[in-house]
Amino acid sequence: MDETAALKTTPLHALHVSLGARMVPFAGYDMPVQYAPGVLKEHLWTRSSAGLFDVSHMGQVTIRARSGKYEDAALALESLVPVDILGLAENRQRYGFFTDDKGGILDDLMITHMDDYLFVVVNAACKEQDFKHLQDHIGDSCEVTLLDRALIALQGPRAVDVLAELWADIAYMKFMDVRHCRLHDVSCLVSRSGYSGEDGFEISVPADKAEDIAKRLLEHPDVQPIGLGARDSLRLEAGLCLYGNDIDQTTTPIEGALEWAIQKARKAGGVRAGGFPGATRILGELDHGTSRRRVGLKPEGKAPVRGHAKLYADAEGESEIGEVTSGGFGPSVESPVAMGYVPTEFTAPGTTVYAEVRGKYLPVVVSSLPFIKPTYKR
Amino acid sequence: MLKFTEEHEWLKVEGDVAIVGITAHAAEQLGDLVFVELPEVGASFSKGADAATVESVKAASEVYCPLDGEITEVNEAITADPALVNSDPMGAGWFFKLKLRNVGDLDGLLDESGYKELIG
Repeated sequence: MDETAALKTTPLHALHVSLGARMVPFAGYDMPVQYAPGVLKEHLWTRSSAGLFDVSHMGQVTIRARSGKYEDAALALESLVPVDILGLAENRQRYGFFTDDKGGILDDLMITHMDDYLFVVVNAACKEQDFKHLQDHIGDSCEVTLLDRALIALQGPRAVDVLAELWADIAYMKFMDVRHCRLHDVSCLVSRSGYSGEDGFEISVPADKAEDIAKRLLEHPDVQPIGLGARDSLRLEAGLCLYGNDIDQTTTPIEGALEWAIQKARKAGGVRAGGFPGATRILGELDHGTSRRRVGLKPEGKAPVRGHAKLYADAEGESEIGEVTSGGFGPSVESPVAMGYVPTEFTAPGTTVYAEVRGKYLPVVVSSLPFIKPTYKR
Repeated sequence: MLKFTEEHEWLKVEGDVAIVGITAHAAEQLGDLVFVELPEVGASFSKGADAATVESVKAASEVYCPLDGEITEVNEAITADPALVNSDPMGAGWFFKLKLRNVGDLDGLLDESGYKELIG
């Protein structure tokens, strides 16, 4: 079987190939893992200038209440995510997650309040099942549509100035604001958010205009194309979870240290407390804690500690306590960085645990996340 | 004498000792290296055994021992500065010196033109 034969492509596929990208299969798509400069330089470029990422493989979904009212769409989605969506201001975005009946995480997503509907962005590998999940549970009251649009992220300190040359008002947007705008006469939906820890934007564009927009952005001397390799190292330094690695159906939001995403309205005593799958467990964990938690891990030595490395309480590897879920080298931190799960008694920053790497037990220090100082424009 | 393996290592042979490194092609495929772990001097390896580890931002890869032998010297300069492997893979970015158990084993390796054909 030729695996590549079944791979899907994004509207920017031909552009990636023409730019000399190294293509790899990712979530069913043939995607650029890096371009000629390589992961290290692409990572540093994004932190110092502006990196362009094709994230068109992600799912873009609209949810419209059949009543036509935003409130009804918001309340419907609140039955699936433990986030205050009714209280989300218009043109604002919020992070959230679909939970299951056991309190596990089915996927994480970005949720936006557009005038009378919701616009959500979900992970590529989960988009079909998320769409079905939405259809099955709120399809009676809402029209759920999986859009055929491209998604281009422009991340880094120069991103705002690059885009302001096309649309001056972009400078007035704040972190997690979302606006309709025209870029090169193309109708786009822009959010000031991303997955790099930097200030930046994600731009939803019609599929047939994506290559034109991307090419024009890449003409700017401050913009370089960035592959999935650097996208991963950037988000790891920023302490952001990768669904399927750091969070999944076996982890709850509280174990995943994502309780910040659950607003007061949905917590015990809130105006719309609970009412989402797994609420009993998740709200219980908010009150009573969990036996394990996701933490940042900083290896003391120079050797990277990667995902699936086992964690031990002792340097002899006798008492296994957890596992690394993401790890690698942080080009901006200039040292290895990782995250993983440890029992609650090991979560204090500064605690030393040991990671098994090629038969050795390397000291790693529990560290607060993120590893870099984010530059979001709040 | 310069020899190559199908696993993208090069050997510069003087007498029964080979200086071993990875090829420019391998270094380019791996990308910028951020970590190198070298074997202990005095360690013996069989052909194909994991002798060193190289890591890029994204992934770890093993460097195999190209032939049976004993490590007589390692290049600590590349553990201090892994980027040397990328900038000068066939020179300052060498990995270790290997005292060959059997010099005749070299006959089974590729010469430069054979390796160029391999990487096409």
